[in-house]
Amino acid sequence: MVLLTLLAAITVGIVRLRNLFGVVVLSGIYSFMMASVLIVLDAVDVAMTEASVGAGISTVLMLTVLFLTKSRETVPTHTPILPLIVAIVTGAALLYGTVDLPPFGAADTVVHQHVAPTYLAEALEKTSAPNVVTAVLASYRGYDTLGEVTVIFTAGIAVLMLLGGRRPRRKNDDQA
Amino acid sequence: MKLDLILRIATKLLLPFILLFGLYVQFHGDYGPGGGFQAGVIAAAMVILYAITFGLEAAKRAVPPAVVEPMIPLGVLLFAGVGVVTMLLGDNYLAYNALDPHNPAHGQHLGILLVELGVLITVAGTMIALFYAFAGRGR
Repeated sequence: MVLLTLLAAITVGIVRLRNLFGVVVLSGIYSFMMASVLIVLDAVDVAMTEASVGAGISTVLMLTVLFLTKSRETVPTHTPILPLIVAIVTGAALLYGTVDLPPFGAADTVVHQHVAPTYLAEALEKTSAPNVVTAVLASYRGYDTLGEVTVIFTAGIAVLMLLGGRRPRRKNDDQA
Repeated sequence: MKLDLILRIATKLLLPFILLFGLYVQFHGDYGPGGGFQAGVIAAAMVILYAITFGLEAAKRAVPPAVVEPMIPLGVLLFAGVGVVTMLLGDNYLAYNALDPHNPAHGQHLGILLVELGVLITVAGTMIALFYAFAGRGR
């Protein structure tokens, strides 16, 4: 509860700050808070990812981007009424959606009845990996992980192409 | 440049431990939290820290872009290649049991290890290449 309150406070801070450097630092802190929340929820693997990717790499990349641009947000030219309405409606829809969710931590919900018991029972014997998360990620759901790696591959290549990292200069460029 | 002596020494001291922790996260992923994704990011973070402290050019000399960029497709190929190997060995795609027919659990172990290595290579390569691309644009 304390963590969630801090998260909300940081969010308000991010929204109100105009200094983008502060915003980047705050979003890094936000990611660390999020990682703490995930540890409280016993999702250590996800917490580790959040801490390293969210707080570490994203912050560094954001800072390098800030180095290229201005570090102060410009004052918006149009009123925030329409975005506010969209945000409120979306938020209300999400809150309405949570009403139908099963109570937190309930063991008899549908997601825990399907394949999860099999994984938990068999994973150590069949994959020799004591960490069930790794067993599911790399073995049972190998296709999904391959897909994720392909997504990273595609995204990385796409961004590199956009930024034009190493562009071999062709002879035609000189003439044109 | 002389004022950041402490930063430089501290960074130099930290670098091997960051890499060691990354490798621990990678190869201990079977037993504890972690795996290729996290380890790849940690390994990339080491290079980025080096680049921040010692400058982009020094980092590019230590870890040249010509090495980093081929890592991006290499990891995916390793991952997909494990699947092809299991198919050639007569099982389904990515069914690691085929890697060691006498002891399927060992095959699984090897398969997971190789696949996570592929993830590590791609993630680390992508992160470092992205950082180089962003930081190299300059003003």
